[in-house]
Amino acid sequence: MGMTNIKSVSRNTWLTLCASLAGIILLFVIEENFDRFTMQIFKLCAINVILALSLNLINGFTGLFSLGHAGFMGIGAYTCALLAMTPAQKEANFILQPIVPWLLDVHLPFLPALLASGLVAGLLGWLLGVVAMRLRDDYLAIATLGFSEIIRVVLTNAQPITNGSLGLKGLPRYTTMWWAWGSAIVVTVFLVLLIKSSYGRAFKSIRDNEIASEAMGINVFGMKVLSFAISSFLAGIAGGLLAHYLTTIDPKQFFFLKTFDILLIVVLGGVGSITGSIIAAIAVTASMELLRFLDGPLNFGFMVTSGTPGLRMVFFSALLMIVVIFRQQGLMGTSEFSWDALARIGLLPRRKRSHRSNGKTGKERVE
Amino acid sequence: MMGALLETLDVHKQFGGLVAVSAFSIRVESGEIVGLIGPNGAGKTTSFNLITGVYKPTRGRVLFDGRDITRLALHDITRLGIARTFQNIRLFKDMSVLENVLVAQHMRMGTNLFEATLRLPSYLRKEKHIHEQARALLAEVGLDALEGDKATSLPYGKQRRLEIARALATEPKLLFLDEPAAGMNPQESAELMDFILKIRDQFQLTIVLIEHHMQVVMGICKRMYVLDYGVTIAHGTPEEIQKDPKVIEAYLGAP
Ligand SMILES: Nc1ncnc2c1ncn2[C@@H]1O[C@H](COP(=O)(O)OP(=O)(O)OP(=O)(O)O)[C@@H](O)[C@H]1O
Ligand SMILES: [Mg+2]
Repeated sequence: MGMTNIKSVSRNTWLTLCASLAGIILLFVIEENFDRFTMQIFKLCAINVILALSLNLINGFTGLFSLGHAGFMGIGAYTCALLAMTPAQKEANFILQPIVPWLLDVHLPFLPALLASGLVAGLLGWLLGVVAMRLRDDYLAIATLGFSEIIRVVLTNAQPITNGSLGLKGLPRYTTMWWAWGSAIVVTVFLVLLIKSSYGRAFKSIRDNEIASEAMGINVFGMKVLSFAISSFLAGIAGGLLAHYLTTIDPKQFFFLKTFDILLIVVLGGVGSITGSIIAAIAVTASMELLRFLDGPLNFGFMVTSGTPGLRMVFFSALLMIVVIFRQQGLMGTSEFSWDALARIGLLPRRKRSHRSNGKTGKERVE
Repeated sequence: MMGALLETLDVHKQFGGLVAVSAFSIRVESGEIVGLIGPNGAGKTTSFNLITGVYKPTRGRVLFDGRDITRLALHDITRLGIARTFQNIRLFKDMSVLENVLVAQHMRMGTNLFEATLRLPSYLRKEKHIHEQARALLAEVGLDALEGDKATSLPYGKQRRLEIARALATEPKLLFLDEPAAGMNPQESAELMDFILKIRDQFQLTIVLIEHHMQVVMGICKRMYVLDYGVTIAHGTPEEIQKDPKVIEAYLGAP
C-alpha cells in the first residue's frame, strides 16, 4: 500500500507544480496584456487575499471575534510609507509641521520597509493581545474595535510623525503585480503550513472547545496572543502593500468600517477555510468593480434613476444577510481545496485506493 | 509516612450562595482506582474541576505528588501529570478523531513555531512520532479505523472512548474519569471495567472515577468516597459503603 501512496503523493505534487507554473504564466499574460485599470484590480485582489487570510487566522481558526484589522493595516501602511519615502518626499508632504528629525533621513528599500510594517503591527498586536485576550466574545470584539479607532485617532493627531489628516502623498508605486501576488502567495503558503502544523491544531482546538484545549495542556492564553500577533503582522504587511499601491494614504482610509469589508470576505468564503478566503477575496474585489455601475444612474428601460452612491454596498450587505441566514458556513465551510477532493467529485480521475488507506509514507499524510 | 499521589485538604467551593463542595479531603495513593459517588448535584464534577484546575477553590489546598497545585493554571496541572475526561463530552468538534489526540500531544512534543512552520527535519521527526503514538492510542481504544472521521460524528460511546484516548495522550500519572459509563448498556459497562483496569496497568495510572453505575464502581474501586450536598458523607471499601446508613439515606431518601 506504500506504493499507491507514493504514487498519489507525486501525482499531487505534479499537479501542484503544473498549477503553479500555469499561475505564473497567467500573471505574465495579465501583466503584458491588460490595461492599468484592470491591473489595479488584480493587485487589489492580492492585497485583499492577505487581509482575508490574516483575519481568518484569528476569527476562523482560533475562534476569536476580533475587529481590529483596520487599525493594524493603518499601522502597516504608515510604517511602510514613512520608511520607504525619500527625505525629499517627506519634506514635500509635511507642510503644516516638519517631520520629526529622526524619521526624516530614514530611507529603506521596499522589502525591509514592508517587513518592518509587519513587525511593528505584529508587536502592537502582541501587546494588545496580552491585554485583550483575557476577554471573551463580544468584549473582545469591542476592545479590538476600540483599539482600531485609537490607532486612527493617533494617526490623525500625531502631526509631526504621520502628517495628520493631510495624509501622505506621492509614495513610490512599489506594489507591482509581482510584489502583490508574490506576497499573497508567500502568505498563503505560510498560513497553510502554520494551520497544518501542531500550532494550527492547537488554534483550532481553542476554537472548538477552550476548556478541553486548556485541559489537554494547551496554554490557551499564550496561543491566542500568538495567533493574534501573527494575524496583526500579516495585516501590517497588507497595509504596507496597500500604501504603495494607492500611493496616497490618510487616516480616514483606516476607519473601522474597513474591517467589515474584510469580514464580509471571510464570512462569504467560509470562516475557517483558507481556500474560501482566497476565492472570496478575489470574487468580492472583482465584483466591487464590476458592480460599480450600480452607484451611477441606472436605466431600467421604463425609468432612469439618478445615481445612488453606495448601492453597491447594499448589494453586498444583502448578499451577506442571505449567506448568514441560508448558508452560515459560507462558500467552503471549513473545508479546503485539495486535488483528492477534486478527484472525489469527479473533476479528476480517481485514485485506485480510497483516501482513508492506512499507508503513511512521509509528510503528505501529516495533516 | 509515604506521601499520597493526590491529597486535598479541606477544599471548599462556593458559587454565589451555593456551597457546591465543602470540607473535601481525599487521599489517593499511587496505583489505586478510587470511586467518587453521590446523587445528582452532589458536587462530584465540581470536585474534579477543583482538583484539575478548571475552578479555583474558595478555600483549602490541593497537593499532587507532594506539590501544592491549588493556584496553578489548568494547562500547568495537565503538564504535571493530571488528565481528565468530561461528563458532558468536550471533544474538538470540527477536528478529526486523530487530530483530537494530536492536540493533546502538543504539550509534550517540545516544538516551536519556527521549526513547525518551516517543517524542519526535527519537527517532521516529532510529528511522525506523535502520529505513531496517537494511532497506537486509538488502536488501544478501538478507534483506529475511524481516525479520519469528524470527532462529533462518532456515536456516543465512541466519543467517550476518544475522550479517554485524548486524556491518555497527555501522558498522565493521575486520570480523572467523569461518568465514563454514562449511556452504556451492561455489556459495554463490563467491557469498560476491563478496559480501565487494563490501562491502569499498561500506563501505570492512578484513577479516580465518578460513576452512577454501581456495578462498575463496586467492581473496580477498592475504595470510594460518597458526596451528598457537597459534604463527604462516607468513605471506605465498597462493602462498607453499601452498608452505611448515611449512604442508604442519601440515595433512597429518609429511611
Ligand atoms: N459553574 C457553576 N456555577 C454555579 N453553580 C454550579 C456551577 N457548577 C456546578 N454548580 C452547582 O454545584 C452543584 C454541584 O454540581 P456538580 O456538577 O458538581 O454535581 P455532580 O455531583 O457532578 O452531579 P451529576 O451527577 O448530576 O453530574 C449543583 O447544584 C450545581 O448546580
Ligand atoms: Mg457531574
